[in-house]
Amino acid sequence: MLAMISMTNVVELAYMASSLLFILGILKLGKVKTSKQGNLWAAYGMALAIGATMLLLITRGDWDPRPGEWAYQSHALAIGAMVLGSAIGWWLAVKVPMTSMPEFVAFFNGLGGAASMFVGLAEVPRAVERGQTLSTEGADFAIAVILAVIIGAVTLTGSLVAYAKLAGKLNKSRIGPLGSQGFNILLGAVCIGAGAWGGFFAADPMGLWVSNGLLTLGALLLGFGLTLPIGGADMPVAIALLNSYSGIAGMTTGFILKNNLLIVAGSLVGASGIILTQIMCKAMNRSLTNVLVGGMGESAGGGGGGQKDEGYTKVKSTSAEELAAVLDAATSVIFVPGYGLAVAQAQHKVRELAGLLEKKGCQVRYAIHPVAGRMPGHMNILLAEADVPYEQLYELDRINDDFKNTDVVVVLGANDVCNPAATQDPKSPIAGMPVLTVWDARTVVVVKRSLASGYAGIRNELFQMDNSLMFLADAKKALEDTITELKAL
Amino acid sequence: MNLFLAVAAQAAEAASAPAAQESGNLPFLIVGLWVLLLSIFVGFEVIQKVPPTLHTPLMSGSNAISGITIVGSLYCVGNDYPLSAGILGLIAILCAMINVVGGFVVTDRMLGMFSAKGGKK
Repeated sequence: MLAMISMTNVVELAYMASSLLFILGILKLGKVKTSKQGNLWAAYGMALAIGATMLLLITRGDWDPRPGEWAYQSHALAIGAMVLGSAIGWWLAVKVPMTSMPEFVAFFNGLGGAASMFVGLAEVPRAVERGQTLSTEGADFAIAVILAVIIGAVTLTGSLVAYAKLAGKLNKSRIGPLGSQGFNILLGAVCIGAGAWGGFFAADPMGLWVSNGLLTLGALLLGFGLTLPIGGADMPVAIALLNSYSGIAGMTTGFILKNNLLIVAGSLVGASGIILTQIMCKAMNRSLTNVLVGGMGESAGGGGGGQKDEGYTKVKSTSAEELAAVLDAATSVIFVPGYGLAVAQAQHKVRELAGLLEKKGCQVRYAIHPVAGRMPGHMNILLAEADVPYEQLYELDRINDDFKNTDVVVVLGANDVCNPAATQDPKSPIAGMPVLTVWDARTVVVVKRSLASGYAGIRNELFQMDNSLMFLADAKKALEDTITELKAL
Repeated sequence: MNLFLAVAAQAAEAASAPAAQESGNLPFLIVGLWVLLLSIFVGFEVIQKVPPTLHTPLMSGSNAISGITIVGSLYCVGNDYPLSAGILGLIAILCAMINVVGGFVVTDRMLGMFSAKGGKK
């Protein structure tokens, strides 16, 4: 038998090819022109990895029926679970409206964490069967199992909290003791204690199950506790970070199973999540710790909207009629979308209005703040759904100098990302955060449901500046009315 | 304190056991750490300059890749593992597969919106 062409080596080479596909896939995913292909390559990499693994398990006899155990058909069950999982995943992915994208990305992410957690836990019955501690297979093995369970579980429940917050089903920062720093530290201690016990000392079935059960429970609660305090506006950071966790959890399972592919794929995802987290934090001029501890504005209700008007005195209100007239006279318009646009699902209406203006020879652009919306790049995806050409989307540093040469800026459901306090008031909680300097434009029209403060819970002086007009309405309704008025002109 | 000493002792033992690492006999931990180090580096390099437009697809695409644990879960259903581990493995397969397929399909849908509009221009 030639050693080089053993099945193990063939599979190992397939794993190498699939690692390469992942790396090239992500590389291509990062460029607009090749992104679709990149995603496809990564998917091929995944299919190759799954195929190779199945081939190995089948040829090795690992999936042979086991005599004596109730009709346990590993291969049939495994393939059944795969088909069912694929069907559910496919169905969800096709059915999800583009506007609920952030929460579904969070949901899928949580399932990835869950998978890593279960892979870690699967080592427990094995240790029970052997009657030995997990660390008998090496301290590194035991640590990998403990970390896979902890990180996987935190990813799972953390993502579920993110899902619920994004779907608007949850806006609390505490549930009982969950969410307080003290309780998180306690849970962390429980995880470390139970992990050390379960990984290094427990060798009897009872001890192994109880310790690892405690570890799992502690880590699941920790995921809740760590994510609850993170405010709705900080969700882009939370999602990016949870994404990174799911990669790290996958990476640790690579150390459990001594599998390089898992390490490569897991750490790629881990690294990408960390970079996105960094970008998001920088866009808010806040440290990661600050975001994780949460709190900003959350105590004031956190649900956005519905808060008392903050005592603005010289607000000038406007109407669809006036906005239409203002826009009709403009030669350059910049739209500033925010979360309110997503909530109102008004992206198609913006596009329609922009189309009308363009027909009149007006220059239309969109200014996108990096943390506008609820996930990294949220506004881009929303506007892309409405067929807004991405050439019209401008990042903060590419457009800020242009506001002063712009006739009209229409702020659609955005607030904190264009709050002058960030640049003018050093004592403001958002001081130093890069913001869109919309007030430099000749006229600013702010379309917003109410004068309530945004997630940061602070006043926005923009609302009563001399050149700004407030249009208090739901973004979609406001745009619809404006389009009607504009057509009538 | 005792606990930590014991953990440290175990770790030291595990590290020294395969110390006789002649050619090609590196313990997996060391190989794995090499792979980890290099892939983190590659990860950072590859992702550094992604434009904001693609942040969401990048996140959801890499999220699908994190479903690579599917490979791990398939092993758990094998004969190496007892029945109860197999059940955990099956749940893991289900979760990972939803993550993988859901993640890639959602990403494809998002990117489809970008390219559809590219054609119109």
